[in-house]
Amino acid sequence: MRFIMKTNYYQDIRLFKYRSTFFWYLALVSGSLILPLLLDEYLISQLTFICMYAVAAMGLMLLTGYTGQVSMGHAAFFAIGSYTSAILTSKGVPFILALPAAGILAGVVGILIGRPILHLTGLYLAIATMGFAFIVDEILIRWESLTRGNMGFYVKPPSIGSLIFDTEIRFYYLSLVILILTLFAARNILRSPTGRAMIAIRDSEVAAQAMGINLAKFKTIAFALSAFFTGVAGSLYAHKLFFINPESYTIILSIELLAMVIIGGLGSLHGAVFGAAFFIFLPQVIIMTRDYMPVYLQNQTGLEPALFGLLIILVMLFEPMGIYGRWLKTKYYFEMFPLYKKDSFKREKKYQKAERR
Amino acid sequence: MAFFKAKNISISFGGLKALSRVCFEVNKGEIFSIIGPNGAGKTTIFNCINRFYDLDEGSFRLEDQDISRIKPHTVAGMGIARTFQNIELFKNMTVLDNLILGQHRRRRSNFFTETFFARSVREQEIESRERAEEIIDFLDLEAYREQRVINLPYGVQKTVELGRALAMDPKLLLLDEPSSGLNVEETEDLSFWMSDIKEELGITILLVEHNVRFVQQISDRVLALNFGELITQGTPKEVLAHPEVMKAYLGEEDAAASS
Amino acid sequence: MDVVNEILQTILSGISIGCVYGLVALGFVLIFKATEVINFAQGELLMLGAFISYSLIAMLNFPYWAALLATIFVMGFLGMLLERTVLRSLVGEPVYAIVIVTIGMSFFFRSAVSMIPGWGTDTYGFRTPFTEKIVRAGELVISWEYLAIILITTALILVLFSFFRYTRIGTAMRATSQNQLAAVYMGISVTRVFSLTWTIAAALGGIGGILLSPITFVHMNMGFIGLKAFPAAVLGGFGSLPGAIVGGVIIGVTESLAGFYLPEGWKDIAAWIILIGVLIIRPQGLFGIQEKKKV
Repeated sequence: MRFIMKTNYYQDIRLFKYRSTFFWYLALVSGSLILPLLLDEYLISQLTFICMYAVAAMGLMLLTGYTGQVSMGHAAFFAIGSYTSAILTSKGVPFILALPAAGILAGVVGILIGRPILHLTGLYLAIATMGFAFIVDEILIRWESLTRGNMGFYVKPPSIGSLIFDTEIRFYYLSLVILILTLFAARNILRSPTGRAMIAIRDSEVAAQAMGINLAKFKTIAFALSAFFTGVAGSLYAHKLFFINPESYTIILSIELLAMVIIGGLGSLHGAVFGAAFFIFLPQVIIMTRDYMPVYLQNQTGLEPALFGLLIILVMLFEPMGIYGRWLKTKYYFEMFPLYKKDSFKREKKYQKAERR
Repeated sequence: MAFFKAKNISISFGGLKALSRVCFEVNKGEIFSIIGPNGAGKTTIFNCINRFYDLDEGSFRLEDQDISRIKPHTVAGMGIARTFQNIELFKNMTVLDNLILGQHRRRRSNFFTETFFARSVREQEIESRERAEEIIDFLDLEAYREQRVINLPYGVQKTVELGRALAMDPKLLLLDEPSSGLNVEETEDLSFWMSDIKEELGITILLVEHNVRFVQQISDRVLALNFGELITQGTPKEVLAHPEVMKAYLGEEDAAASS
Repeated sequence: MDVVNEILQTILSGISIGCVYGLVALGFVLIFKATEVINFAQGELLMLGAFISYSLIAMLNFPYWAALLATIFVMGFLGMLLERTVLRSLVGEPVYAIVIVTIGMSFFFRSAVSMIPGWGTDTYGFRTPFTEKIVRAGELVISWEYLAIILITTALILVLFSFFRYTRIGTAMRATSQNQLAAVYMGISVTRVFSLTWTIAAALGGIGGILLSPITFVHMNMGFIGLKAFPAAVLGGFGSLPGAIVGGVIIGVTESLAGFYLPEGWKDIAAWIILIGVLIIRPQGLFGIQEKKKV
C-alpha cells in the first residue's frame, strides 16, 4: 500500500495518481512505439485493428459504461464514419479534414437519434438503437448513387500533406496517435463536470435531476460524443481496408462492440482497450489451437465462431467484472500481499428487481 | 412576505386524491415540519416541489416567484435542495464525487473547455473540491471521503445525502424523513447539525418526519397532514395536542384515553 | 377478385409469420420477466427447433405431428439443460454479464449447427400436412400453411394463458417474475421456476422453428429471423403475454404488405420504423405499463 503526501487539491484531479503510474504509461507508450519494429507485418496490422476498435469501443463505453444508456446500434455510427471519410476523400477532401468530419457527421446523427429516444430506458433503448442500425444499414445498401451499395466503395490510403500512410507501420502509428488522443479527451471529460453528470445519470436519474442536471442535454451530449469517437474509428477502418461495403456493418458488429465493452470491463477506459485486444487476439489463438483439434473439426469454417462463443461464455462465468475487473483484483492482491483477504471483492448478489436498477 | 408559500396544492393519481387544497407558509430561516401517518401525502408534496409531478391545482412560490411550472432540473438553480426517503445517492461514486456533484449548478465551463481540461476547468474543479471539503468538515465525513458510497453503513449514507444537499448551496432544504433508520446517537447528531444549519448557515428547512420527539425538539412550526388534507398547523405543542392529530396517529380509543 | 385474393394472401402470410415472431417473442418475454435476462439466443432456439424437426421428418421419417411433439420435448429439455449448466451459476450477477453469455450461446449454436454432419450450411425443406393445400371460401383462396400456423399459435396461447392463470405453478411463475425474494419467502422454489421458464421458452422457440420451416426453409441463419422477435416483444410492451403475439402480428403484417407493395429494401426495415415510431410516442410499448421509479 502506498500513501501520497498531498499538499494541494490538484494532486487529486490530475491524470495520474501516483508518480509511478505516469512512468508505467510512458513505458507502455514507448513500448508500443517500438513494437512495430520488432514484429512482422501481419501482427502490426492486428495491432492497428486493436487501436481502431479500441477507439470505437471507447465511444460505446462512454455511452453504455458511464452514462448507462445501452446501445445496440453502434455499427451504424461506425459505418457513417467509414462512408463519410471514404466519400469525402474520393472527392478530393484531404484526410486531415475528412477524419474529423466523419466523426462530426456521426456525432450529428447521434444527436438526431439521441433526442427522440432518450426517454427510453434499458431494453427499449437497446432495441430502438438496434432498429436504427438496421435502418442505416439498409440506407447504405439502397442509396447507390452515394455509396455504390453492395458493389462497395474503393477508398484511397490516407495522406497528410506529402506523407502517405500506405504501409502497415505508418498506419499503425496513425491509429496509435488517434487512440492516445481519444484516451486523453475521454479522460478529461470524465474528470470534469460533464463526465460526473453522465455517471450521475447512470446511477440515479432522479437524483441527477434534483441536482440540476438536465437529463435531455447530457444524454444527448453522451450520444453525440459516443457517436463521434466511433465515427472516427470508422474512418480509420475504411482507409485501412481500402474497400468497404455494407456487409461489414451489420448487427453482428454492433453486438461485437457491445461484447467488447462488457468483456473488457464495463465502466472503465481500460476496458475498451482490453476488450478490443481480446476480440482481435482471440481468433488468432483459436486458429493456433486448430492444429490440436480432432481432424474432423479442423477443416470446419464454423469452428472459430463456435469456440469464440464458448470462450466468451467462459470468460463471463469466470469473471463477470470483465478483464479490467480481473486486472484490478490482481493488482490489489499484489498491493496487499500478504494481507489479501480472499473475499475482498465478493459482491453482494442482488436478487430483487428493484435492487438491480 | 413569506419565504416559501404553498397555496391550494392538489394532485390526484388515478382516482386517489393524494393532496387536497393544502396551504402553508414557511418563514425565512425557520425549521418547518410536516407530519402525518403513512400515505398522508407528505413525500408527494416534496415530489411536486421538485417537479417530478405536475400539480392539478395550486402553486408554490419561493420568495414571491412562482415555481410551479418550471422544469425539474431548474429546481436546483432556484436554490432548493432535497434528500430522499430511500437514499438516492450515486452509489458507484465516492463520497467526494457525490458532494462535488452537488456543486453542478455552479458549473461555468462548457463541453469544449472540459475536453481539453483548460485552466478554467481546473480552477472550477478545485473550487468545487474546496466547498466539498467544507461540508465534509461540517458533517465529520473525513474518514469516508474516498470510499464508494455503496460500501458505507446506512447512517453514513444518510449523512452523505444531507451533505450533498448542502453542497448545492441551497436557500431551502427539503429533508425527507432524515432520521428514519438512524439510532439514538445518530439522531442526536442530526438534530445538532440541523440547528447548526439553521443558525450558522441561515438555510430554511422543510422537514417531513415520523419521529414525533425529534419534531418536537427541533421544529419552529409544524403542519399535520392526513389523507392529503391539512389537519392543523402551528407550534409543535399546539399541533401535537390537537385531538385530530392524536386520532390520526393513535387511533380513536387511544386518543380519547390520552386526552 | 384477384386483387382481393392478393391482399388477403399477403395479409394472411403476414399474420402467420407474425404469429411465429410472436411465439419467439413470447419465449423471450417469459425469460425476461422471470429472470431479467435478455436472451439473445432465442432466435437460435428457433433455428435448432427447425433443424431437429427437419431431421425427424426428412431423415427419420417421423409423421408431422409426432415430430412436432418430439421437437417440443427435445427443445424443452435443451432449455432446461442450458439453464442448469450455464445460467444457474450466474444468478444474482449483473445483467450485462448474462447478456454476454446469451450472445455467446447464439454464436455457438449458429456455428455448431454448421459443423454437425447432415446439417451444415445448406438450406433444407420438408413436407408438412399443409404443404400446397388450400381452402376455398367462395371465390377466396387461402393457403393452409398460413392458416395452420395461425390456428396452432392460437391453441398454444390458450394453453399457456390457462397455465399461467389457473395452475399453481403458473401463478408461482408470475409471482417470481414480480419479486424473486418474496417468492422465495413464500416457499416457491425459484430455481425450479427458472428451469421451467427456460424450458417453456426453448420449447416455444422450437415450435416457432417447425412452424416457420415450410415458409422460410431450414438454414443456419434462421436465428436472424428470430431477431425480429425483439421488436415484437418491445412493441407489445412486456406487459402481457398477448402483447407479444400482437406485437409479432403487427410486425409480420407490416413486413408482408411492405414487401409486396413497396420498393425493395423497405420490407426489412418496415418493422423497425414502426417500432421506433411507436416507442417515441409511447415509451412503454403498446400494452406496457410505464414504471416510474418511486421516490
